[in-house]
Amino acid sequence: MRATGVIAAGIAFDAATTAVAAAEPAIASASTAAKSSVVSMLEAIQRTVGSATINKGRVKLELPPLVENGNTVGLAVRVDSPMTPADHVRAIHVFSEKNPQPYVVTFRLGPRAGRATVATRVRLADSQTVVAICEMSDGSFWSDSVNVVVTLAACTEEL
Amino acid sequence: MARALINVPATARRGDIIDIKALISHEMETGFRRTQLGVPIPRDIITQFICTYNGAEIFRAEFHPAIAANPFIAFSTIATESGTITFNWSGDNGFSAAESAAISVA
Amino acid sequence: MSALADNRAGGALRSLCIAMLLVVAARAGSAAEIPLPQRRSGYEFMGRETRAMQDDDSANPGMLWVLDGEKLWNTKAGAAALACADCHGDARASMRGVAARYPAFDAAAARPVNLQQRINRCRGEQQKAPPLAFESKDLLALAVYVGLQSRGLPIVPQTDERAKPFIEAGRELFQRRQGQLNLSCAQCHDDNWDRRLAGNAITQGHPGGYPLYRLEWQGLGSLQRRLRNCLVGTRAQAYDYGEAELVNLELFLMWRARGMNIETPAVRP
Repeated sequence: MRATGVIAAGIAFDAATTAVAAAEPAIASASTAAKSSVVSMLEAIQRTVGSATINKGRVKLELPPLVENGNTVGLAVRVDSPMTPADHVRAIHVFSEKNPQPYVVTFRLGPRAGRATVATRVRLADSQTVVAICEMSDGSFWSDSVNVVVTLAACTEEL
Repeated sequence: MARALINVPATARRGDIIDIKALISHEMETGFRRTQLGVPIPRDIITQFICTYNGAEIFRAEFHPAIAANPFIAFSTIATESGTITFNWSGDNGFSAAESAAISVA
Repeated sequence: MSALADNRAGGALRSLCIAMLLVVAARAGSAAEIPLPQRRSGYEFMGRETRAMQDDDSANPGMLWVLDGEKLWNTKAGAAALACADCHGDARASMRGVAARYPAFDAAAARPVNLQQRINRCRGEQQKAPPLAFESKDLLALAVYVGLQSRGLPIVPQTDERAKPFIEAGRELFQRRQGQLNLSCAQCHDDNWDRRLAGNAITQGHPGGYPLYRLEWQGLGSLQRRLRNCLVGTRAQAYDYGEAELVNLELFLMWRARGMNIETPAVRP
């Protein structure tokens, strides 16, 4: 599934960073525990990527479209790359749109990986867009995003 | 007590791509939760996972609070030689854990 | 859809939950037991991902507790300085099938006890060690380690005559309306198991996977913990761990699930 609207525009932007400021989502009106500075996902992406172009393609972010419990969500990233010393994935960064803070995980690979496939389990606070950005050995960046619907337990536990 | 489950094939052919899985017990307290009285619960997470193969780093992951409790990670590497694959986790409050597995590469 | 998952304590979710529960509560009459061939494990109500987590021992977080349990099994404890292994040897042999027939009638207690209580009895009488607290890491670890030894085996139908009145007591609890929402277990788990509640599947409520790793808990927990969750969820007073009512309910649930396989340690949302 593709991201919609604002987020898609944000990912596709080029060196002009005006889109970042304009598209910054209103994060949780600062009511959710934002002790640390409120950094939007787009800002976080921009900090990671710098002024480089983010291309679409080569990366596949896999998440279940309907999440049974946001506490533990299986996430996998596959990158189409020969993984040779000359052409390989250097890093994979994952970002969240609506978690209290946007960073999820960064994987650092190299030609010894054999294939650029990683999997882990993440927490998703709400239905949202998740973005994976892959950094290649030639300095280029590629991204994919997935929109997920997150359900929580119907009856919450009080201990 | 940190317990970890690692899955590394015991044997492999030289040049094969092998799949590695690691699971470690850790609550991964996000730092965003509060007690019932509203007192913030401080963050306490694993922040880094490093895998080395006969001493050479082959994979690294940087975790943030969005990683689920009892962090699980799956990745791959090329079986280059016999030896030891080690896993190191480190994090807040001086957390540190290590596991290793032997691999025989023909 | 977005309104549902907005905020755990949000008014929207709670109202929806209550509204749906009231609709369920308004349905007629006492529950009919699920016909035996129609019984399905909670496993079948889960998504592909969560099932994969349960199926892979190297990815199932419950196995972390199993590792602990194995260690405890072999660790000497108490004034008698005995390990479980000293009397019971290799658990894979000696504990095979045990979890499939608990709770079981205990002559000394003159009532059924569940597996955790039985473990604690051994600790007290044989190891001369203090009992492990209910829902403590150690007790869960031992219970899941023992439970694993029955994985794949069918739950044994209770034939002990002495247990019968307790099964009936458990059945009565299962069918009794309780709490502010005036709901019985049967109304969801016998009558509405093919429906959803606030986006989650209502399962038939079978016990064969316990102790299990629940994503909601982000940890391993017992059947009693889950029963207490449900009681709190329906705004009923939750019985304390180890209370007779909970053990009777466990016993009844195992009777209701007789013949279905043990899945310990399961994974559930």
